Parts: sequence; structure tokens; C-alpha cells
Amino acid sequence: MTPGEANSESQNLMSATLQTAASAAETMSGAEIVLRALKEQGVEVIFGYPGGAVLPLYDALFNQNAIRHILVRHEQAAVHAAEGYARSTGKVGCVLVTSGPGATNAVTGLLDALMDSVPLVCLTGQVPTHLIGNDAFQEADTTGITRPVTKHNYLVKDIKKLAGVVHEAFYVARSGRPGPVVIDLPKDILIGQGPYSEAPTAPHRSYRPQREPNAELVAQAVKLLKGAKRPIVYAGGGVVNAGPEASRLLTEFVRLTGFPCTNTLMGLGTYPSTDRQFVGMLGMHGTYEANLAMHGCDVMLNVGARFDDRVTGRLNAFAPTAKKIHVDIDQSSINKNVPVDIALVGDAGLTLKALLEAWKASEQPQHTGALAEWWTQIEEWRGKDCLRYRQEGSIIKPQHAIRRLYEITREGGRDTFITTEVGQHQMWAAQYFGFEKPNRWMTSGGLGTMGYGLPAAMGVQIANPDALVIDIAGEASILMNIQEMATLAQYRLPVKVFILNNEYMGMVRQWQELLHGGRYSESYSAALPDFVKLADSFHARGLRVTRPEDLDAGIREMLAHPGPVIMDCAVAKDENCFPMIPSGAAHNEMILGPDQEGGVKGVTDEGKVLV
Amino acid sequence: MPAVPTMPDINETKLRNATIAVLVDNEPGILARVVGLFSGRGYNIESLTVAPVDEDRAISRITIVTSGTEMVIEQIKAQLDRLVPVRKVCDLSIEGPHLARELMLIKVVCTGEQRMEALRLADAFRARVVDATAASFVFEMTGNGDKLDAFTALMRPLGLAEVVRTGVIGIARGTYSLKA
Repeated sequence: MTPGEANSESQNLMSATLQTAASAAETMSGAEIVLRALKEQGVEVIFGYPGGAVLPLYDALFNQNAIRHILVRHEQAAVHAAEGYARSTGKVGCVLVTSGPGATNAVTGLLDALMDSVPLVCLTGQVPTHLIGNDAFQEADTTGITRPVTKHNYLVKDIKKLAGVVHEAFYVARSGRPGPVVIDLPKDILIGQGPYSEAPTAPHRSYRPQREPNAELVAQAVKLLKGAKRPIVYAGGGVVNAGPEASRLLTEFVRLTGFPCTNTLMGLGTYPSTDRQFVGMLGMHGTYEANLAMHGCDVMLNVGARFDDRVTGRLNAFAPTAKKIHVDIDQSSINKNVPVDIALVGDAGLTLKALLEAWKASEQPQHTGALAEWWTQIEEWRGKDCLRYRQEGSIIKPQHAIRRLYEITREGGRDTFITTEVGQHQMWAAQYFGFEKPNRWMTSGGLGTMGYGLPAAMGVQIANPDALVIDIAGEASILMNIQEMATLAQYRLPVKVFILNNEYMGMVRQWQELLHGGRYSESYSAALPDFVKLADSFHARGLRVTRPEDLDAGIREMLAHPGPVIMDCAVAKDENCFPMIPSGAAHNEMILGPDQEGGVKGVTDEGKVLV
Repeated sequence: MPAVPTMPDINETKLRNATIAVLVDNEPGILARVVGLFSGRGYNIESLTVAPVDEDRAISRITIVTSGTEMVIEQIKAQLDRLVPVRKVCDLSIEGPHLARELMLIKVVCTGEQRMEALRLADAFRARVVDATAASFVFEMTGNGDKLDAFTALMRPLGLAEVVRTGVIGIARGTYSLKA
């Protein structure tokens, strides 16, 4: 140390002793800074799992009551739980995991949140800064690993920047197209002392997504929509993310215009499913009428959907005669898969408001005659009743199980939230369970993560303690995060797990039947647990139903039980999910179920390489 | 009212080169973010250069030369623009006339008549001699890629030993300037 340094240090020491008590209180430990920033950002619940690198944060959590910590049984489940919390409330979900394996276990959940645009902030522990790069115990290059699975990530190496980083992370997670943000926190930063700063009020230096659509383009869009003869509104998850008001505006717009409306998997609930103008979900397992209306429309208004491959089918045959208007808050979604004619970059809610105003202000008449003809055509397609199934004999049809679950929960009138795992049961839930409001349907759409539903349901139940929360599951998916039954027990979360048990990874089996000559390679769920005993061992109620005549009573018993329930519902093993647009096929080349006629076209060789 | 954004020509299937200038926060990991975006989404990088450009070294300027159809290049710009530390993205190739330059150091090992020929060509190409020994030259040369390629091709039969190039940097002509 040079004499100069010693001098300045003793001066610092002296000035520190002269400081008033108030300004001295401005310094606190990194862990305290993090918690204070979380509180300022409105965090009430954090889903996490402790470990060596995050012990200082857990110590700080121990000393406060503002933020409730929910202890999960696996870090992936912490992220899905935060997703369920975020999707059902519109708030930013929050996750806390340790370094190394804690962070790598969270990766699947983070990518799931990225693909489905769910706002999350995930705090990961890290080895102290001086050990980074040394292959220290439980070290992982967390920012490197999570860079492609997050919207943004940070490694905090300077405690003076810590508070600012946490505030910025929340801003980034919820602004524009929402997504997960990781903050990697070395242990010495959590222990060290530093200053706190409040969330900045000034606009962010570089990230300022456009929210208001361009007025000139809105006018052009309305002109196109008014001139439409065969219009359709195609609404997706962006409407959910824009808040409940956006769904209300969507409903108002659709009713005002008299247009048919379809929803993507992520958009279910943004338009009431019981309304006549709703033509059902579109896409690979969408309804006949929705897909044919998409194929035959002349003007398409896409609000907050991203022309995903599950929706479009073969791109060169997608809505070939349509002029397309695309509303999206993410400029990079425009023209990514499908070239569009008018791009309205902006928030779905604000854009719908602008469209409504412009529609009302415009004196251009609508093609009411043509629209009536279009509806006649759509009703004809609807008459095909593509979701019809026959419940007969002694085996429960999975479609029937979902339909009865829907009807019985509706009778009860409770606010109901549905999560799902991934596979056939997910598609049946989307087809046979109706949603009237947004934020009631939580499913892994983009990534297709088996094991999503149970932890997501946990997060939903934490956020909505009085609501009915049901995880519609398959017997294979549920085993991927079954350990979370313990979390349900610990926090007395009355989540209902409704398993459609067909003893197969059903969607894999279906594709093997349709594409691989019925060679059911490794898709049989052998050695399944006894779900009733399994529920019992996790302090939950277990039920098993195998006969159609017992189905209703089983569902009612499940709903009546005040605690968590696993209902194991044995369903037909060979049932396929129809309608189906095979990969590589167009919307008008759907495979219908055995109860409908026509439309069958096999899978092409080009289609086989697609997933 | 702000100008109405124009749409790219979606029917254009021809590949074109684009020189994209990106102003970013000079922070750790930003280059990995940009490069990861290109590799993760399968975009080409023909060349990439980066250095801090402002007084307090807070802003770096990246010049990326890439190629793709009109729609792909639109995607590249939109994907870059939504990265949080990215301040500005500018496609120099279509925003107006621009200058693109590259720096090359090229070592030629030769003697006798070939030495004279190398020097004569260097003179014609305005390459500077920055190192010379009895048996070698190092030339320094700036220009666009074609010019550097042409010079390199001429040096090949004369004893070309080593080439190092910076990749392209670009700037718009005239008064327009890219600011963070």
C-alpha cells in the first residue's frame, strides 16, 4: 500500500465516523439490497430452493415477513410455479435458486417462459467473484448457459450496481414482449455492503418497446377490414399478456364487426368460448371450422399471435388468398414465418383500442351481404361437428372425461384455473374445456414441457388461494414433476390433479400409429405407480375411476375434497386426438376422427421430417 | 406523425449483402449475445468488427457484414434491435450511400525480381510497406474487400506468406450520423 492510499483510507474512515446515522443506514448487505428491491418491485411470493451460494439471501429472507418463500422440490418446478403465478395474475413471477445445479435445473423452465412470453425474474447464486472461472464447487457459467434461454441476463460483479440491476431486470421482464430474466449473484456480492437505490423514473437508455401503433397503419388496416368479405380474427397469447382489458377490447371489436374469431392455444380465454362468433381453437388440433375459415379468409387480423408452425401448417398453403394484418409488440415477430401486408407494432390492448376507434370513425360501409354468406359457409363447416365423439361401452373416452370435468366445474360456478402437462390430454383439454376469461388457462405451448402442469398449478393456487385449480395431466407427464406433491402438502394447496391415464405417452403413440406403421417404440408407460397410494403417501386424497358410470361421482368427489387430490381416470388406450393437420399439410387437408367423413390425407414424406 | 414504416419486399428471394452498424453498451457478454443470436438462428456472419467508439468507452460500435434474403435481413435487424444492450441498429447498405473499408496486413516472402514486382504492385495499389527485411515485406493496405482480394491474388505467385484482415467497418456518407 502506498502512503497516499493509506492516507485516503484513513480519511475515508474519518468521514465515515462523521456520517450521520441516517446516511449510514443507506448501506446494507447485498442480500438485503436484493430483498428491498424485490419488495419495491411488488414481489410478494418467491419460489425457490436453497443452496450454498444463496445462503446469505435465505438468511435475509429469514429476518423479514414482506416476501413469502415457497419451497419447491426441484428448481425446474420453481420456475414453472412462477410461470403459473405470473400467467394467472399478470405480475412478474420470481424465482430463487442456487449456483451450479440449481441454475442448470432451472434452464428448462426459463426456456419455457421465453417461448411463451412469461415475465419472470430468476435469481441464481454464483460462486464468489474471485473463484469465477476456477471450476469451483457448484460453479456453472450461468450467464453463458442461460443467454439463449432468457430475454436478458446479468452477472453482478459490483455491489454498487446491484439495486439498479434488480430494478432493470423487472422492467425488462415485463416490458414489450415479456420474458424471463436471470440475475446471477456471486456470494461475495450478497455478503458485501453497498448502497441501495430506488427504481429509476427516467426511461431506459436503450430498451423502449413501441406500445402505441402507427395511426396511419391503423387507418389502412380498418380500410382493409371494412372491405373484407371473408374476414377472420385470430387472437393469441399477446392479448393475454396485454392484460384483461385487451380481452375485453377484443370481444368488443369482434362483436362490433360481426367477424368470426379463433384463438391459438396460448390465446384461449381471450374471447368467450361459448359465444356464437367463436369458431374454436385453430391449428394442428384446431376445429374444422376454424382451420377452414383461416384457409378461406380474404382478410386476416392476427392480434398477438406469432404464426407458429403448429398454427400455420404448410407455409406455402397457409391462408393463400388472405390479406394479412399482424398486431404484435415484438417487431421481430413480423414477417418471421409469414409475410404480412400490414404490420401494427404495438401493445395488443392499445392497438385494439385504436382499431375500435378508427372503425367507429370510418364511414366506409361493411360488406354485410358477403359477411352473411361467409357465416353461412362457416356454419356449414361447424355442422360437421368435428369434436364429436361417442361415449359408449364400458371404457371412458378421454374427450368425455374432459367434457364432464368442464360441465361439472361450470355447474359449481367457482372461478376455475386449468393447467396442463403436454400431450394428448393437453389438446383434449384445449378442445373440450371452455374458457370465458383470460389468465384461466396455463399450458406449455411453445416449448411443450412435460411436467409443467403440476408446478404451474401450484403457482396459480398460491396466487389465487380461493380458486379451483386443476392440473389436467397424463400419466406419463405427471411423473416428470411428481415430487411437487410434497410442496402441495406443505403449503396445503388444494390443487386437483386430473390424470387421463391411457398407459401410453399418448401423443407419441398417436404419431407412431400415423407415421411409423404402428411400431410403438418405447411409448408404453410400463410399471406405473398406484396413483391412489402415491397420493396417500404425499398426504393427498387419491381416487381411481375406471367405469363411465362412476366418472361424474369421481369428479364431484375430487372437487368436494378440501385438500389436494389425484384422480386417476382410466381412459381408452387407443384414442387419437382429432381433428389433426398432419405435419407438412395445409389447413384444408385435415384428418378428421373416425366419426366424421372426408378430408383424410396421409402424411407426406416431406411432412415426416417435421415435428 | 412519425413516418409510416415500410415493409421489406417479401417476394424478393435473391440474397443480398448487408453491412449493419450496431451501437451497443460496452459491457461484458455483449459480443457473445450478438454472435449467439447469429449462430442460434442460423444467420451468416461474413465479417464482424467491434471496438468502443465514445470518449468514456461506454458505447461500442459493431459492424456486421451478413447476407440473406430481404426478409432474413429484416429479421436480423429486428432481432438485434430487441437485445436489451443494443442502442441503435442501422443497415448501411440501404440507408443511403456509405463507405466500407477494411485494413489488411500482408506478408510476402521473396527475393530478386519478385521483390521488385511486389513493390511495384504495392505502389499501384497504394499499399504501404510497414516492415521490410532482406527476404520479406509486410504491406499495410486499406480499401474495400474486392481491392484487398485483388491485391492478395497478385501477391500469391510472388511468395504470399500470411494475411490478416480486420473485417469491414462502415460509415454513412454525408451529414447523417449514427448516435446512441
